[in-house]
Amino acid sequence: MGEFSLAKGHIYIARDGSRAECELPAGTSVMLGALTNGVEGILAECGGAAMCATCHVYVQAPFDSRLPEMGEVENEMLDAVASERRTESRLGCQIVMTDSLDGLVVRLPDRQN
Amino acid sequence: MVEMPGRIVILGAGHAGVECATALRARKFGGTVDLVGDDPHLPYQRPPLSKDYIKRPGDPLPLKPKQFFADNRITLRPGQRAAGIDRKRRQVRLESGEALPYDHLVLATGARNRRLHIPGINDGTAFELRTLADADRILGSIRDWRQVAIVGGGFVGLEAAALLTTMGIAVHVIETAPRLMQRTASPTLSSWFAEWHRENGTAVHLDTQVAAVEQEAARVVARLTDGNRLVADAAIVAAGVLPNVELAAAAGLAVGNGIVVDANLLTSDPAISAIGDCANFPSSRLPGRARLESVQNAADQARTVAARLTGETKPYDALPWFWSIQGGVRLQIAGLSKPGLSEVVRGDPDSGRFSVFLFDGERLTAVESVNAAADHMIARRLIAERRKVEPAGVGDLSLDLKSLL
Ligand SMILES: Cc1cc2nc3c(=O)[nH]c(=O)nc-3n(C[C@H](O)[C@H](O)[C@H](O)COP(=O)(O)OP(=O)(O)OC[C@H]3O[C@@H](n4cnc5c(N)ncnc54)[C@H](O)[C@@H]3O)c2cc1C
Ligand code: FES
Repeated sequence: MGEFSLAKGHIYIARDGSRAECELPAGTSVMLGALTNGVEGILAECGGAAMCATCHVYVQAPFDSRLPEMGEVENEMLDAVASERRTESRLGCQIVMTDSLDGLVVRLPDRQN
Repeated sequence: MVEMPGRIVILGAGHAGVECATALRARKFGGTVDLVGDDPHLPYQRPPLSKDYIKRPGDPLPLKPKQFFADNRITLRPGQRAAGIDRKRRQVRLESGEALPYDHLVLATGARNRRLHIPGINDGTAFELRTLADADRILGSIRDWRQVAIVGGGFVGLEAAALLTTMGIAVHVIETAPRLMQRTASPTLSSWFAEWHRENGTAVHLDTQVAAVEQEAARVVARLTDGNRLVADAAIVAAGVLPNVELAAAAGLAVGNGIVVDANLLTSDPAISAIGDCANFPSSRLPGRARLESVQNAADQARTVAARLTGETKPYDALPWFWSIQGGVRLQIAGLSKPGLSEVVRGDPDSGRFSVFLFDGERLTAVESVNAAADHMIARRLIAERRKVEPAGVGDLSLDLKSLL
């Protein structure tokens, strides 16, 4: 990931070879960052309630191991996402920005529904 | 070859209208898109209004950021109301006097709150909860509230009840029907929620109506048909909605409970579609027609119409699903229910985690899941794929639902 500088409070959302950079204040979710920056590929139909599973992201190393453990609801919803579930799968609405996530890189799945 | 429209006008900038515009551009529609909405705000998501927004006010959750509309050449016209449709000239007349020509018109006018014929209730004393302005009006007064009467025991009223209760406000819910959420929920689900709300401290009055409302000093006095007299700081009316069909009706389009469309979501005029809360469509999953009020329905119908307008015609057949959050309880519903279905309960309702499987004869038509996300997600597939499911089997927790897929 050396090709772009990891600015504080920024996250990078990658899909189809393109990257979007979003500034994300601490306390906001990756889903909200994508939504307010008009990033395509995150639908977020339930508005962040972990009800729709259309904010599925693949969290890239090393950030995957820095995330708090996922809750039971998130785990159950991820079981039925439209694209393949992988070990690095999370719901974007459940990842809340913290200092240790500066420069977070997430990759989007092919489809959300 | 069907002629593709060059100018598309969408009326209503809610979940359905915004998704339709978005999907048109995602599908590389090259013509003009006008998105007209009478709400003055940047289009926002409604569900949080009765959930997080009142508890943690901040910016409303947008449907899309402002820049998105310009970047995608969507001409958003917030705060503008359409006054009429001239079908002969294919023009929408705005209240401002401006005329917008269209090759195809998409009606996404949604619904508005039902007003009640209760003496005294509509004279500005009652609160409602449909728009951001409604929610902000509640936020403006909520600090002075100790007691609130909520008229209507549907999803919005109950979500509000749970929310206000957690804020230390004493809540009464008054529901005309003999059970909560009668229109959409099974009897088992209704009674589980009635008990939950009562345990949570809410007074639930079923089979009861508000006979009259009076203003006494700064307080509201509601006289109930069961003889009770409630004194509250405010009344919130959450008694369901009426579809916004007036424009369509005045233009001579067929309307019933909603704007009547066919399986492709076309109205009786082939140059006009209708989607979302305002559309009455033939349901492939229930006998007869349906008009649904959900984000899923708005978004999926929007995408179906955008696909047709870009050359891919497919009848609307998406699986209905819905969610509600009442206090800490997460309710998810897959499919459509109707009165008289047989119920099989999976899990123990007393544990606070269970699902109600609803069968129409042999056919699984809906599953209501309380704090059981895994059940819900599997149920979506079982119903969408019209799988054969044995009623006797699903009540048995030793059966792995995934094995039915
Ligand atoms: C408080 C609340 C909570 C909800 N919670 C949930 C939930 O948890 N889950 C769920 O699935 N659904 C929920 N819903 C329902 C969901 O929000 C609706 O189904 C959805 O908003 C429908 O989208 P729509 O675009 O069809 O209509 P709307 O969102 O109503 O949008 C229609 C827009 O068109 C405008 N309009 C109407 N007439 C005109 C005109 N002549 N000119 C210009 N503009 C016009 C309206 O003012 C409105 O802004 C909730 C609704 C509310 C009110
Ligand atoms: S936004 Fe719906 S699950 Fe994340």
